[in-house]
Amino acid sequence: MAENIELKKISDVIWEIPKTGNMNVPTRIFASEKLLEKMKLDRTLEQGRNVACLPGIYKHAIILPDGHEGYGFPIGGVAALDYEKGGISPGGIGYDINCGMRLLRTNLKKEDIYPRIKELLESLFQHVPAGLGSSNIRVTKDVLLGVLNKGAKWAVENGYGNEDDLEFCEENGSMSTADASAVSEKAKSRGLKQLATLGSGNHFLEVQYVDKIFDKEVAKVFGIKEEGQVTLMIHCGSRGLGHQVCSDYLREMERRLPEIVAKIPDKELIYAPSGHELCEKYLKAMSAAANFAWCNRHIIGHQCRLAFSNIFSDVKLETVYDVAHNIAKIEEHKIDGEVKKVFMHRKGGTRAFGPGGKEIPEKYRDVGQPIIIPGSMGTASYVLVGTKEGMEISFGSTAHGAGRTMSRHQALKQYRGEKLKRELEERKIFVRSASWKGIAEEAPGAYKDIEEVVDVSHKANIGKKVVRLKPIGVIKG
Amino acid sequence: MKPYEFLEHTADAKFRAYGKTLEEAFQNAAYAMTDVITDHTKIKPVIEKTISVESENKEALLYDFLEQFLILLDSEGFILNKIEEVKMQNNKITAKIIGDNHPEEYNIETHIKAVTYEEMFIKKEKDQWIVQVIVDI
Repeated sequence: MAENIELKKISDVIWEIPKTGNMNVPTRIFASEKLLEKMKLDRTLEQGRNVACLPGIYKHAIILPDGHEGYGFPIGGVAALDYEKGGISPGGIGYDINCGMRLLRTNLKKEDIYPRIKELLESLFQHVPAGLGSSNIRVTKDVLLGVLNKGAKWAVENGYGNEDDLEFCEENGSMSTADASAVSEKAKSRGLKQLATLGSGNHFLEVQYVDKIFDKEVAKVFGIKEEGQVTLMIHCGSRGLGHQVCSDYLREMERRLPEIVAKIPDKELIYAPSGHELCEKYLKAMSAAANFAWCNRHIIGHQCRLAFSNIFSDVKLETVYDVAHNIAKIEEHKIDGEVKKVFMHRKGGTRAFGPGGKEIPEKYRDVGQPIIIPGSMGTASYVLVGTKEGMEISFGSTAHGAGRTMSRHQALKQYRGEKLKRELEERKIFVRSASWKGIAEEAPGAYKDIEEVVDVSHKANIGKKVVRLKPIGVIKG
Repeated sequence: MKPYEFLEHTADAKFRAYGKTLEEAFQNAAYAMTDVITDHTKIKPVIEKTISVESENKEALLYDFLEQFLILLDSEGFILNKIEEVKMQNNKITAKIIGDNHPEEYNIETHIKAVTYEEMFIKKEKDQWIVQVIVDI
């Protein structure tokens, strides 16, 4: 599909689509030759080129190593649009606003876990509703307002989790730009039963152990002491509420900004220009949905503590970090020697700030922020650390996961959930899922190789390897 | 003529729905979308509702019409079994929808995040309407 797109090699892991036609800047691709070949099989490169046509875009549009075809933007797409001359594009964030990762470390070792893993998974499954399961928490309209306006702070004020969870969370779990009044009743109605639920698709909870430490010093700063230490990873987002916020504004922008629809190559690339009322309103609504997601992961973390305590006495779960990978933020970046205020879009891109930034918790500020990258079910996940160079070449962003390479449909033809579960159990990886089909769809073979993705990030120096984590038990949404 | 079929898509679900009329194609698109979640033919016809959606053009109407079912599922737990009395006039659709609001009683396989415009089309070929939709999972 992308055979007519010219590519210039910058280094072994960086490529460029030169600026041509309507592009305002070139598009940079972080990929190995192998990953690049996969991107050429669908519309990833074409979509990356379209992003470069957006107004006020700085330096280059970016496709990250796990890039694949999305809506408007590719998944694994990053763009910095000028705060005054650019705008916000809901398609540059995605339908799952603030889909993201939370990692907790424990004081357990893998030997403690194996004998009781099935019990533990059952306990986690009871405490954290997956699939279509409804919330264990009674969410009234007032509660929802609190969640939307305050994010994870609402949770701490109401007895879930603790201050440390907030400290070690991007934005401290609460975006000040949020305003619940910008969220439609439709969107709110989708969120009422879904607080503290995992959802489905590729969302999961995973009990893991530290398999390899690449950088002892940095790992120590992140509270990861030794190989064999048990960690817990949470992957989910803003559920139906966030999806509806994205959809509502995409449609409203389409209705009210026909002159923009007329000039963009793809309707899903619609944006609200800076200064337009819809730009401001969408920022408020998107931030509220992001708060819902942070509160969601925060309460799920709290529920996991309860689930672990049911099985293990004196167990401690502490948040390493929580980071979004579908979000737009107002950020300042040094561009051509000048500090510019931008609407930073990361869709399937993890913020990866290097050392020194005030946005990073004080404890991590000397080394850079933790970046949490999940593998596919049954494969390794990684913790990386942000770099100074990443701030310059990728606006402090890196990959967000393995990225699909096989359709769900194809995966269902090729894999059987029951068989996959047995095979994983033989490798001492235990799975508990709301559906067999869900397991087959998320088969590890349906994803790109996480090692390849992480290696590109490491080589390009936009996120360096710190720790590799391997799964023991998975709750699949 | 098959009512709908699924096509290959890397990350999500892509389908085409057919109909002798545009109403029928829209109706079949709703069945196809529900089948991504669970087999719609197995849903008990317990609850009846009327929905009405108006949009600025046909594509927007398809988007908004399908989205109604995602909103109903998340907010009320409603899953579709069948659609009756579909009426479309200009860019407005009214339909009687029948289904169940106890999703926990069925084998829910996947949840859909959103309807998208990606590769969406609505066209008439000979005597047949074809609509194509990708939903985000």
